[in-house]
Amino acid sequence: MSDILAGGRTGPPLAYAIVNTAVRFSPLLLLALGWEFLGLTGLVSQQMLPGLGEIADAFSSMLFGGELLYNTARSISRAAAGLGGAVVVGVLLGLLMAQFRPVRLLFNPIVQIFYPMPKSALIPVVMIWLGLGDSSKILLIFLGCLLPVVVGTYNGARGVNPFLLWSAASLGASRVDVLREVVLRAAMPDILNGCRTALAFSFILMVSSEFVIATDGVGFMISSLGDGGQYPAMFAAIFFVAGIGFAADRLYAMFARRALRWREA
Amino acid sequence: MSVTHLSASPRSRAHTASGISVRGVSHTYGARTAGGMLALDGIDLEIADGEFHCLLGPSGCGKSTLLYLIGGFIPVQAGVIATSAGPVTSPGPDRSIVFQNFALFPWKTVKDNVLYGLKKAGFNAAEREQRARHYIDMVHLTGFENAYPSQLSGGMQQRAAIARTLAVDPGILLMDEPFGALDAQTRRVMQEELRAIWRDSRKTVVFVTHDVQEAVFLADRISIMSARPGRIQHVIDVDLPKDRGEEILENREFIRLSEQIWRLVREQAVAATRGAH
Ligand SMILES: Nc1ncnc2c1ncn2[C@@H]1O[C@H](COP(=O)(O)OP(=O)(O)OP(=O)(O)O)[C@@H](O)[C@H]1O
Ligand SMILES: [Mg+2]
Repeated sequence: MSDILAGGRTGPPLAYAIVNTAVRFSPLLLLALGWEFLGLTGLVSQQMLPGLGEIADAFSSMLFGGELLYNTARSISRAAAGLGGAVVVGVLLGLLMAQFRPVRLLFNPIVQIFYPMPKSALIPVVMIWLGLGDSSKILLIFLGCLLPVVVGTYNGARGVNPFLLWSAASLGASRVDVLREVVLRAAMPDILNGCRTALAFSFILMVSSEFVIATDGVGFMISSLGDGGQYPAMFAAIFFVAGIGFAADRLYAMFARRALRWREA
Repeated sequence: MSVTHLSASPRSRAHTASGISVRGVSHTYGARTAGGMLALDGIDLEIADGEFHCLLGPSGCGKSTLLYLIGGFIPVQAGVIATSAGPVTSPGPDRSIVFQNFALFPWKTVKDNVLYGLKKAGFNAAEREQRARHYIDMVHLTGFENAYPSQLSGGMQQRAAIARTLAVDPGILLMDEPFGALDAQTRRVMQEELRAIWRDSRKTVVFVTHDVQEAVFLADRISIMSARPGRIQHVIDVDLPKDRGEEILENREFIRLSEQIWRLVREQAVAATRGAH
């Protein structure tokens, strides 16, 4: 599970890996060239699509001014709290649903109905409930990230090969042992996949909720820079948060790959 | 092949062998739905304490099902299955099993798979190490301790599963075609090794196989099952010396028994193919 889209795996030699990475990301260079070109033709106003140089300048002044890092830290702490809570509660709930029929009967319809709902629709609701502080955003991110984790865990735990459960039981494992040491472990690939979706959701909800209900954070920064007409700085902040999201996803994929080493034959 | 044998019943656990009594056991898959399928029909089987019992029968006659019932993995619907510990209601480490499909934990290395049951059994760390090493060596997987199951061939996975089950030294050993994925040579070595373990540690073994020679080589008694729905058709005593090696293959009684059982098994197999048309 390295790329979202399945890609070829690179071979071991370093030079090859570097070239390969360069080739893989060359479309980004094309995008940058297209961006500059579009600005030069005058088809789109310089205001709407500032040059990359201007954006870079705005970026460095925001970075050294400290506001970018401060707001990013605020945002990420909210996302981490919401996501962390969602992973803990989601794994537990998914396991319980998979193991116990009453829990399953109770939660299945709820999960099914809320799964496809765009969670940003809850922004006004959490604002009414919890106001403008951190807790409203954390709750929103928590709710948005919960279902992918629940669904991943549930599917993984339901799909466990029964022979593994029987093996453990006949080797002396108690029911709790079986749940912890076999069901949870066997469901891990699906759990980790669910968490990856949740990670992406946490970024989306973090930024979009800060557009609406916040007095700091990257989302707030982007919207207020946009309102103030400071487009180069706005784009700089957008690219920065996109880069962080990308880096988080890659780090996560590396971690997941390590955790699932046993699957690679 | 290893020479040293570990103490059969360490102080941390002593699973004494026990007989197995199967009385009037029938089993229907999908019993709750309309199209339920009768897999076992009125099985009666008394397996003595310390007996090596082989089950032979055509594919699909319910051999695995019978083993799962004895193991306590699927609930007994009709009849009774009991050991000296009482009626079987759930799985337990007194009845360890080697599954037809191995069922190794794919996220554990060979060694960690073998250690799993040893930890549950309460061996201390040094004993666990020693026993794991001993049984991994016995199944010729030394050097593959740190491999994951996905990195092993089918036959190697099967041997790892055998090591995992033997390591916990169960009183009752259930084996579902445990040598099915092995080449003829390895198979022979493993058969002799299993006979030796059984002779030295007094286990009750229920061993499923398709291989008539294997059954005669290993067993005290052999049950031949009918085609589906499975019934016990014949039970045959194997009157051969306790110590059996390569030379037994030329023993007159061995050859006679093999031929007799082969004919009986073929009758059932023919009946099975006829039934399928
Ligand atoms: N989970 C199941 N659900 C429904 N039917 C099943 C199930 N497991 C087994 N059966 C059926 O029960 C019958 C007995 O199956 P079982 O696996 O016990 O046979 P077997 O003697 O072990 O066969 P083989 O020698 O091929 O391993 C088969 O006809 C099979 O189709
Ligand atoms: Mg079978």
